[in-house]
Amino acid sequence: MNDVAPVHSIGGYVPMVDGPEKVSGRAKYTADLVRPDVLAGRIYRSPYAHAEILEVDVTAAARLPGVMAIVTGADCDKTFGVLPIARSEHPLARDKVRYKGEPVAAVAAVDDATARQAIELIRMKVRELPAYYTAGAALAPDAVALHARRPGNIERDVLFELGSVDDGFAQADLVREASYNCAEVCQNQMEMHAALAEYDAERERITVHASTQVPYYVHLMLAQILDMDMSRIRVIKPHVGGGFGCRTEALNVELITALLARKVGGSVRTVITREETFITHRGRPETDIRLKIGLRRDGRITAVECECDQRGGAHSGYGVVTILYSGSMLYAIYDLHNVKYIGRRVLTNTPPCGAFRGHGTVDVRFAFESLLDQMARELGLDPFAVRRANLLSAPTFTDNDLMVNSYGLPQCLAWVEEASGWRARNGKLARGKGLGMACSHYISGASKPVNWTGEPHATVKLKLDFDGSIVLLTGAAEIGQGSSTVLVQTVAEVLGLDMSRIRIVSGDSDVVPKDNGSYSSRVTFMVGNAAIEAAQNLKSLLIAAAARKLDAAPGDVECLGEVYRAGAQDKGLTFQEVVTAALAEAGTITVTGNYSTIPESHGGKKYRGAAIGGTMGYSYSAQVVEVSVDEETGVVSVDKVWVAHDCGKALNRLTVEGQVQGSVWMGMGQAMSEEAAYHDGLLLTANMLDYRVPTIFDSPPIEVGIVESNDPHGPFGAKEAGEGSLAAFLPALTNAIADAIGVRFNDLPVTPDRVFAALEKRRRARGNGSEVERGG
Amino acid sequence: MAGILEFTLNGRRRIDAVPDNLLLLDYLREVVGLTGAKTGCDGGECGACTVLVDDKPRLSCLTLAAAVAQRRVDTVEGLGQDGRLSAVQRGFHEKLGAQCGYCTPGFVMASAGLLRRNPRPNEEEIKEALGSNICRCTGYVKIIEAVKYAAELAARGVAP
Repeated sequence: MNDVAPVHSIGGYVPMVDGPEKVSGRAKYTADLVRPDVLAGRIYRSPYAHAEILEVDVTAAARLPGVMAIVTGADCDKTFGVLPIARSEHPLARDKVRYKGEPVAAVAAVDDATARQAIELIRMKVRELPAYYTAGAALAPDAVALHARRPGNIERDVLFELGSVDDGFAQADLVREASYNCAEVCQNQMEMHAALAEYDAERERITVHASTQVPYYVHLMLAQILDMDMSRIRVIKPHVGGGFGCRTEALNVELITALLARKVGGSVRTVITREETFITHRGRPETDIRLKIGLRRDGRITAVECECDQRGGAHSGYGVVTILYSGSMLYAIYDLHNVKYIGRRVLTNTPPCGAFRGHGTVDVRFAFESLLDQMARELGLDPFAVRRANLLSAPTFTDNDLMVNSYGLPQCLAWVEEASGWRARNGKLARGKGLGMACSHYISGASKPVNWTGEPHATVKLKLDFDGSIVLLTGAAEIGQGSSTVLVQTVAEVLGLDMSRIRIVSGDSDVVPKDNGSYSSRVTFMVGNAAIEAAQNLKSLLIAAAARKLDAAPGDVECLGEVYRAGAQDKGLTFQEVVTAALAEAGTITVTGNYSTIPESHGGKKYRGAAIGGTMGYSYSAQVVEVSVDEETGVVSVDKVWVAHDCGKALNRLTVEGQVQGSVWMGMGQAMSEEAAYHDGLLLTANMLDYRVPTIFDSPPIEVGIVESNDPHGPFGAKEAGEGSLAAFLPALTNAIADAIGVRFNDLPVTPDRVFAALEKRRRARGNGSEVERGG
Repeated sequence: MAGILEFTLNGRRRIDAVPDNLLLLDYLREVVGLTGAKTGCDGGECGACTVLVDDKPRLSCLTLAAAVAQRRVDTVEGLGQDGRLSAVQRGFHEKLGAQCGYCTPGFVMASAGLLRRNPRPNEEEIKEALGSNICRCTGYVKIIEAVKYAAELAARGVAP
């Protein structure tokens, strides 16, 4: 028995527990739930960007054979929205429409063709209002308010100054200011939004299957919209085809489908088109940034002033949180003092923005790392040295009271500097080739959940029964990021058992404990810690049972996973024998593990909204990007990316690598080709050809270095891995382009036509005798 | 109008009455109930619906069901042997070529088509074969690794 040892499940390359289903086509996503009796749902959307609704005429549609139910704004006077302070959206517009594509009515019909035909027969009469498609237009003094409660069309303005920027700039050797514009971008996850609602008229209960990251929030909003008791609602999250933040709030799709199902007294499935998925939106807002930095000759940053305007779209959504993140997350990456932030979240007649991967941090990080690079070069400083001159010393609290306990940024810098051969190669590449670097960071879950109830932040249940299998029950939403896998690994690790003993059930409100959902990279940290506690509680019960059976003190019982014994010479009990002994006491065992964040992590009170940005642990990332620029065509190719990510501890190296590569690549899309373009409020790029996602041809090798700073509070030391590496790509790219051709791009995306135009402008300028130095 | 469709689906003969305008994708998903092939776009943009018709990758969202009469159609559900994953499926599973999994059936079938005509593809050939499939999770890095690994497995005798 001496060779018996606990099985280790963390730290290696572990394929996903639900991988076999995904690669064999057996994984069911919401649109795959084919039911023989289900009706097809379709949504009629506003062709107007801003108008008062005078009439919605559905009489012709209702007469169409095969149409079973129609709902309009008249069917629901309740509002929804993710933030309790800003629930201003109706599932179907009432009184006003505020963007082109806003849902106005919906049809349930015997088949999709009939539903589409019915939609064509719906008419609306309106009185059009002036519409505003840019933040600037919506802020004009005479602009009509989109929402009566928000005169001036400002959803939220933020102003703070911590320290004194005047003093800080006075201490600087170089002060520079620049403006940046980042186009609006969309998650464009592969699965189009879908919902299946089944209304049980006899029992007045409803089951809703939805493609969501947040089944609990959907549950809350269904109760509100349907005006039903929460206990009559069941929410199921099937497999979800990505989210990247657009599904971190209840969407109109699932709410409308539920309204239809109740009205018809049966089942309705709505699968919206790719175009509609784009219009449902919740992407990253178009952002204008004015940034001013003071820098000393030794590389120290002395002051930062940042002004940020976000075109938020027609409804509040996460807007308040987004504009606050953009300010608070200036901190917690470098040692900054003397910071001023002016943020404005603006309501416009475009589809509502939301919480895109890297929520609120990405565009400001782009501006910051770009300007820092530009200033470093101007002072003749190495960009790595400038970062190193401003490192935090953890543990610490930032000026805005963010708690930083683990800080692997120095190791990230060292890794990418080494791996990319920066010292040997920087400044020595052939004409048209360049290297750029940048850093970024992200939270491991917001310390305070959106819906504050006082409950633990996360709860996990384990069920152990006669067969010796353990069922892990969690509300954590697996959306492709690997949350189910990491939770199974975690429980297996604590118990020393092989992962095959553990099965996970997630995403069904009838079965699993409530969970806030998969957003802000919270699951590994929060739910992982709850899973550890649950597994420890189970282990204690098993050790106690083994002790009774072995006639030993619990403290003397050793858990070796499949064997429990009271001494090295003892042959011990098998796991199954221990289970039988444990069940003999009290029957089937269920244990609970909880996790709550500590108050020190809740951010501060120095300005209104200062809690936003607070987390238990920040991830850190450094990147080097190598590019080739074709000066004849303006085409930029990314030849290679080196990225180091401090995830605290890699519980699963395979999925950490996958998440980091995916983040970097998504940053590349935003930096180089993706843009939501509008014409008078009409989304022009609502398909996968015009919204240009990089293909396999455009995509570079991405080499990942994993840095493990072992966070004192993280599960086995882990922090987030799925978002923090996105932001650094954008400035690393433009810094590399500046290195390659001496032109600095402050507006994203850096498309070939923008590069070409800039090069043409320079060629003309050179023709006039002036010269632009290489190196920006 | 409708007609009689007779063809081979995942190795089995099948006869159905299908409307003339029914897309192969909708037929597979809604009539047969094989929901592996996915709808990811409004037509021909993403590759999530890729199936093999006579071993060649085809977008089932741009193919009429009636057009596969007397042909062999293979979907992701038809790969593998004795209930075990095929080489391509194992590659995507073990190398994390699949994250959310929604594009995966399309990538798996495009890769299976590639390996059927070229058992030892190089990286350029892999990119060419997968160039019309969009993945939003992986950045494609691990997808390329998955296909290389699948080719190795197939060379060792695992059913492709």
